Amino acid sequence: MAFNHKHILGIEQMSAEDITLILDTAESFKEISLRSIKKVPTLRGKTIINVFFEASTRTRTSFEIAGKRLSADTVNISASTSAVVKGETLEDTAKNLEAMKPDIIVMRHSCSGAPHYLAERCDFSVVNAGDGAHEHPSQALLDLLTMRQHKGRIEGLTVAIIGDITHSRVVRSNVYALGKLGAQVRLCGPGTMIPPGIERLGAQVFNSIDEAVSGADVVMMLRIQQERQGKTMLPSLREYSMFYGLTPERMKLAKTDALVMHPGPMNRGVEISSAVADGPQNVILDQVENGVAVRMALLYLVSGGDKLEDSAQ
Amino acid sequence: MPKSETIILDEAAISRALTRIAHEILEHNHGTENVALVGVRTGGDHLALRLQKRLEDIEGVTVPLGTVDITMYRDDLASRGSLPVGKTDIPFPVDGKRIILVDDVLFTGRTIRAAMDALMDMGRPRNIQLAVLVDRGHRELPIRPDFVGRNVPTATSEQVMVRFDDNQRPVEVCLKKP
Repeated sequence: MAFNHKHILGIEQMSAEDITLILDTAESFKEISLRSIKKVPTLRGKTIINVFFEASTRTRTSFEIAGKRLSADTVNISASTSAVVKGETLEDTAKNLEAMKPDIIVMRHSCSGAPHYLAERCDFSVVNAGDGAHEHPSQALLDLLTMRQHKGRIEGLTVAIIGDITHSRVVRSNVYALGKLGAQVRLCGPGTMIPPGIERLGAQVFNSIDEAVSGADVVMMLRIQQERQGKTMLPSLREYSMFYGLTPERMKLAKTDALVMHPGPMNRGVEISSAVADGPQNVILDQVENGVAVRMALLYLVSGGDKLEDSAQ
Repeated sequence: MPKSETIILDEAAISRALTRIAHEILEHNHGTENVALVGVRTGGDHLALRLQKRLEDIEGVTVPLGTVDITMYRDDLASRGSLPVGKTDIPFPVDGKRIILVDDVLFTGRTIRAAMDALMDMGRPRNIQLAVLVDRGHRELPIRPDFVGRNVPTATSEQVMVRFDDNQRPVEVCLKKP
């Protein structure tokens, strides 16, 4: 099956086959990171610019390593060191980058739709590394790869996602991806953090974490995004932790072999207790490991040319 | 079966060719010491498995077997589009090994170039030898096989295919005219 997307903007536009192809490709790339020479020449001569208008360590490093392991030349730009602070518009920044002929731009932006805006106006491939509260496709894909690795399948899994649903792009991408591959998604969080109408994406909404976690195959905790909170969303972190924090007692309600996931960075003692975060069911570092493979797969797949005919030899 | 297709090797002929190649490998390497087989996906991996069995029958030694997927090393990514990437699985250290690279059909030599690059990225083999079931000519690189099942003169427009059954057993080699 051929992959014919020039951009990776979100999971919403992808088919189940696309998602499976990305996961299978990522699976094949995993082995490279275990070699002593962690490099293949696949994207030799391609230039990738990582443009991060929002702080990020994990995602940016992961994309950079993914590009380098495929032999692409990677350049990083962060908002604080770019001309954006001098008042340049996004489009001007993009046009200037385009003039330097990159092949792929990996972008994170605080505004939903920013990568889509660039994809319409520029020649290069755009990979969305998180746009506002909209989508974070590579995160959802690495989550699915981790689930598939441990559970052998995605179809039929019950996945409980707990925390700040409103501000989370990780949730939206996961709801789309899990839905397309036939998993059940449960969302849970304080009323102020559940956007109205989220059920329309195909998820069930729970008010009580105990109910949401009961019988789940996967429990995914979201970070309380303190930088995005107005004062009104949460009375206190302590109260949040009491009602929505994942503790070993609550984990007992899930299936005995349930996985604990977290997209990071974790606020230990707020949404997740250290006992759970470091417990035997956690696969949090597997997620990070799989992140590199998934991003290698994405960079590889968007780099394919226009001609997609198959030849036997 | 379409008229434009001729069978060059049937199952018995393939089997005899593999047995002969196995003997040649043993003769050339004075036994099985440090010998390892690496099949090129897909096709070469199935043949490498057959050769491993042959070597076992003759010498009573199971030589290490690996597979390599060359998609990541192709030189035509831009014109071919992103092909599915298969798994590379070399479950032994390649350092110091005499690697027998196994492929079904040798054509331009570009696949073998890619496979050699892939192997070199994993370590430093003592040497790399090439075994193919069919050599159809038309090399574009200075590559020659050490062990050949059958030399088949072809036109560039023709296709040579090795068919396998559901158990990955080679059944026939056929030549397809355009």
